[in-house]
Amino acid sequence: MTHPPVMSLRGITHSFGAVRALVDVDLDVHAHEVVAVVGDNGAGKSTLVAVLAGALVPDAGEVVVDGQEVLLRSPGLARQLGVATVFQDLALCEDLDVVENVFLGQELRRGPLLDEVAMEREAQRLLAQLAARVPSVRAPVSELSGGQRQAVAVARALVGEPRVLVLDEPTASLGVTQTAEVLNLVERVRDRGYGVVLVSQNMADVQAVADRVVVLRRGRVNGVFDGETASYEEIIAAITGVVPNRAGGAR
Amino acid sequence: MTVPVVDRAGLPVAARPDWRWRSGGERDLRSVPVLVSLVVLALVFQALNGAYLSADNLVNMTLQASTTGILTLGVVLVLMVGQIDLSVGAVSGLSAAIVAVGVVRAGWPLAVALVAAVLAGAALGAGYGWMFTRLGVPSFVITLVGLMVGVGLQMQVLAPTASLNLPYESALVRFSQESFLHPVASLAVVGAVVVGVTVAGLRDRRRRRAAELPAPSLAEIAARAGVLAVGLGLPVWYLNTSRGIGGMVAVFLGLVWVADVALRRTRWGRSVRAIGSNVESARRAGFAVRRVYLSAFTACAALAAVAGVLSAGRLAAANQGAGGADLTLTAIAAAVIGGTSLFGGRGSAWSAVLGVAVVHAIGSGLTLVNADGSLRYIVTGLVLALAVTVDALSRRSRLVGR
Repeated sequence: MTHPPVMSLRGITHSFGAVRALVDVDLDVHAHEVVAVVGDNGAGKSTLVAVLAGALVPDAGEVVVDGQEVLLRSPGLARQLGVATVFQDLALCEDLDVVENVFLGQELRRGPLLDEVAMEREAQRLLAQLAARVPSVRAPVSELSGGQRQAVAVARALVGEPRVLVLDEPTASLGVTQTAEVLNLVERVRDRGYGVVLVSQNMADVQAVADRVVVLRRGRVNGVFDGETASYEEIIAAITGVVPNRAGGAR
Repeated sequence: MTVPVVDRAGLPVAARPDWRWRSGGERDLRSVPVLVSLVVLALVFQALNGAYLSADNLVNMTLQASTTGILTLGVVLVLMVGQIDLSVGAVSGLSAAIVAVGVVRAGWPLAVALVAAVLAGAALGAGYGWMFTRLGVPSFVITLVGLMVGVGLQMQVLAPTASLNLPYESALVRFSQESFLHPVASLAVVGAVVVGVTVAGLRDRRRRRAAELPAPSLAEIAARAGVLAVGLGLPVWYLNTSRGIGGMVAVFLGLVWVADVALRRTRWGRSVRAIGSNVESARRAGFAVRRVYLSAFTACAALAAVAGVLSAGRLAAANQGAGGADLTLTAIAAAVIGGTSLFGGRGSAWSAVLGVAVVHAIGSGLTLVNADGSLRYIVTGLVLALAVTVDALSRRSRLVGR
């Protein structure tokens, strides 16, 4: 990839009291690329997501978006700067329909009233882009499956054309079919030119879609692998810190 | 016929999900059980007493129902954000006392007394909102406190007497008791509503077709206009054979219309439903959650005050008993019977109309068949239990049906 990254993290460091959650973390995200962030429980994945989402300002380090150093001070600001995050719980409203959820908090208006026609059309376009099958855009989200809900949450994140999409454990609570659906979704988002950060604990998912795999261990980057060529064992070794059959187990 | 392969967004038509037109249809269906039960109630009571469906009785019913209805509308707003207000009756009693004392004892101009009463209600509501959003006290406790404080204030305002009569020539009394829309005017309003809804429907259809969205057919729009014309025109014509549409009734329906537009068509309404459905999601979506709660509590208490003022006019008096506890429960019952969920997120302003229609249909019917007053409480209570059960079951099936 010859283009500069759309987003770079440089030396991100953050502590909660005595706990060093992130130490000097670097991360580059390019357009048309899925970067997977993996790691064991407590490796710092959630903290990294919070930093990317603008929910947490790190103690040190810089975030560069499109060559500009920025401070992701709030989720709203992160969105404005083109970094959209889909949290693990999706943050949907069950009683509201698909269109209402896609535009939740960023409704389009005509004068003082909501512009339902424009929102429905745009929601339809976004979902078609994701090839998401939803029974009706006017169906309440409570009627949708887990995979369909993920699609709605991703469509919402794509409103306003972000540069980078951060997905936090998108398949954690899904079955086999729905997981496949969501992974297709991830690839489609990438193919449309977005940079995708996929935070996951599921190695199968990661190997299926990731172009690069960044391993976090105890808050540090413990290896960056090519998604195509890296073996399962190599990545697991980096996650657990055990070096497999090499140089007498030196760390 | 040529079939377009690519739509305007440049996407293959085949890739577009295939959904049908269903905007509004679902909402209409939800009110069917309530309408059916209204018809059943009407037939049963008409069989028991031939005067039940007379225009005179129906006019009385609409007048009684409109003050309860305004209270219910406020309760609907608070239920929609997933909270409750147990003090609406007390607030209405307090505002009635303020108007009566202001006009009769203090000699305020009526307009000043009205504004003072409604502001007092709104201030109480804002107080609930503040305590709820800033201190995190559960709304049922705050509003229970509000109920007791409200009743106490009502007594203090009225003291030393327990009741105070308003002069019959007061404009408030005249408005509440004697003002009716002119028959021609009332039918003109019906006509304007039908034309307005149809024109809006046609414009919406044009925009939807231009955006290549599923749109209602012309026949559907025409059918809707026809149903509306008959459904509004016939009752209005029938009521006009007696005294007609009361001024209070018009105020109630006007407030419902405003609330309906605000709930369905504005960002505020969207935030109300989002908060009632899932507060955390609404907060993360960027809605000003505290302000919305505050506005819902304030609007509810202000509407309760308006209801109190109008009922004082209707009785030409304010007394200690006005706005007793059963009024609050009736209003909450009506909101739930009309289809607003106790669990927040689901409901509509029109549920206030449907709900009070059922409650007052039962009340008036039992009065006409000379049933004991106690029976009215029991029956209304049982109907409330039924409505809440249906609400809880439908919620459970939604949560299980994931």
